[in-house]
Amino acid sequence: MSMIDVKGLNFAFGQGELRRQVLTNIHLSIETGEIVILTGPSGSGKTTLLTILGGLRLATSGSVVVLGEQLVRSETSTRIAVRRQTGYIFQQHNLFLSLTATENVCMALELHDLFSEKERVGLARQILTQVGLEERLEYRPQQLSGGQRQRVSIARALVSRPKIVLADEPTASLDKNSGHEAVEILRNLAKQNGTTILIVTHDYRILDIADRIINLEDGIIK
Amino acid sequence: MSGVPPALFAARLAWRQLIYDKPKLLAATLGVLFACVLVFMQLGFRDSLYTSASSAPLKMQGQLFLLHKQTEALWRPVSFERSILMRALGLPAVRRVVPLYMSLGQFKNMDTHIQRTLMIYGYDPTAELIHIDDFATFRSELQRQDTALFDVTSRPEFGPIKELIASGRDITEINGRKVKLVGTFNMGTTFAADGNVVMSDLNFHRVFPSRSLDQIDIGFVLLAPGADIAAAQAALLRLVGQEVQVLTYEELVRFEQAYWENSAPLGFIFGFGTLMGLIVGMVIVYQILFTDIGNNIPQYATLVAMGYSQSYLRNIVFASSIYLAVFGFLPGMALSTLLYQVAERSIFIPFPMTLGRIASVFFFILTMCALAGLLAIRKLKSTDPADMFS
Repeated sequence: MSMIDVKGLNFAFGQGELRRQVLTNIHLSIETGEIVILTGPSGSGKTTLLTILGGLRLATSGSVVVLGEQLVRSETSTRIAVRRQTGYIFQQHNLFLSLTATENVCMALELHDLFSEKERVGLARQILTQVGLEERLEYRPQQLSGGQRQRVSIARALVSRPKIVLADEPTASLDKNSGHEAVEILRNLAKQNGTTILIVTHDYRILDIADRIINLEDGIIK
Repeated sequence: MSGVPPALFAARLAWRQLIYDKPKLLAATLGVLFACVLVFMQLGFRDSLYTSASSAPLKMQGQLFLLHKQTEALWRPVSFERSILMRALGLPAVRRVVPLYMSLGQFKNMDTHIQRTLMIYGYDPTAELIHIDDFATFRSELQRQDTALFDVTSRPEFGPIKELIASGRDITEINGRKVKLVGTFNMGTTFAADGNVVMSDLNFHRVFPSRSLDQIDIGFVLLAPGADIAAAQAALLRLVGQEVQVLTYEELVRFEQAYWENSAPLGFIFGFGTLMGLIVGMVIVYQILFTDIGNNIPQYATLVAMGYSQSYLRNIVFASSIYLAVFGFLPGMALSTLLYQVAERSIFIPFPMTLGRIASVFFFILTMCALAGLLAIRKLKSTDPADMFS
């Protein structure tokens, strides 16, 4: 079954003469557990596609079905429901500087009424251990290296066992080694849990982790 | 902080954010503290000035008071016939009636010979119409010709009377007549009188020869112990006729306060000061909350992407503003209590830190911080998670 199913998606910014077509007639299907890298030059529309798939931007034509929900012309509540089952990893770590690694990861769990405080801390420590930060559980972001911070944000994206993880240039602010290490961890955890991953990147050094590479140019899948 | 209920997660995050950045916390706390102290002091000064201005009746001792209806304030009473007061003796509950005479007079400073105006009270010293410590010890001396007691809380321009009496220089002039000061008491100055002197009714007549003792200023009605004051007041009203009003002690105090509150533009002056303090405090808190939101836009947008609602973000800002209100208020109240004591010692006017005062200032500060939060929340609109993907 496909986690993400896009048919005939068109998207444009602006109105009238300022209207700029960003995505044209996109057809895309991603299966459960698949790791897909979406690549292409700047301005090709890959980030816009990612935000539409993540329920962060509303599309008004074509069909975008994510986790069984139609996102085109959808209600805010539908998109929030999809967001809650999606993990996000950004170019910047976006961690709260005031919170420890564990507390930052717990932020993704406090959203769900499923766990007690003790269980949340336990799950956070477990996933931080899996990303290799068992020695840094109570460190704050400024006491961590860039690679370690990005690993905390990977842990935050994965801790609630999302069905889909969307990552936008996750290695852009990292050096080659820590960047590759970070996506390697991401891939291994995703494979264990059957998580579907879509990564937008320019970084050719990490293309090897993908099951499939999609190339987007001027809003058209090549 | 374990076992926090989900409804307070936003408050917990706000708390962690706030205590993490110590310099910011200090600046915000100082801003609120500043506003808090300013509001406390403005309200304190206002109330103490009202209290001081209307302190004339505070030490008067009696159950009912007769005043001419045209009397606006105690410092310039309209006189009425003594016979009206005497009618009160017809009531069985009335034990005694005593007239009080009062008038502004000229008091000569013994050292500089400069005359200044003060309030002179005259009454039969066998009655204790004004509370004076150890009055019994002065009674016989006050009954002698040309004697008086001096209020030591009077302005210093009248001279160091207490020291002068101790050193044997106790003769001064009141309205040009030589008077011997036989002792001192504590009463308090008002806006109308810089000082006070108490003497017998007969000496009052000597100092004000044009004043007839048949024309009195306040009629004191002393009731028998255990008498029903309200019933006596009602009965008295029927006896005294049209031109006189009958007040209880509480009504007399209110009467004097109402005059000063309406005639002195203090309310506006101190209200303005209070408002300015609150506005400055609000701007400081707003700046801090606004900057803080600005610094955390990527984090907040990430929360929104995860599925957190805008109301969660608003709660973070509101919780922060309430923490700041409490953080600033507690030291602000402590500092103000200290300043109240300093003010009380240096200007001899009571500065009570009452529970009502504390509650109302806390309410002001809380409102101030909540408004600052409300203004800062608009900044949250820039947290669109779609912008986070560059």
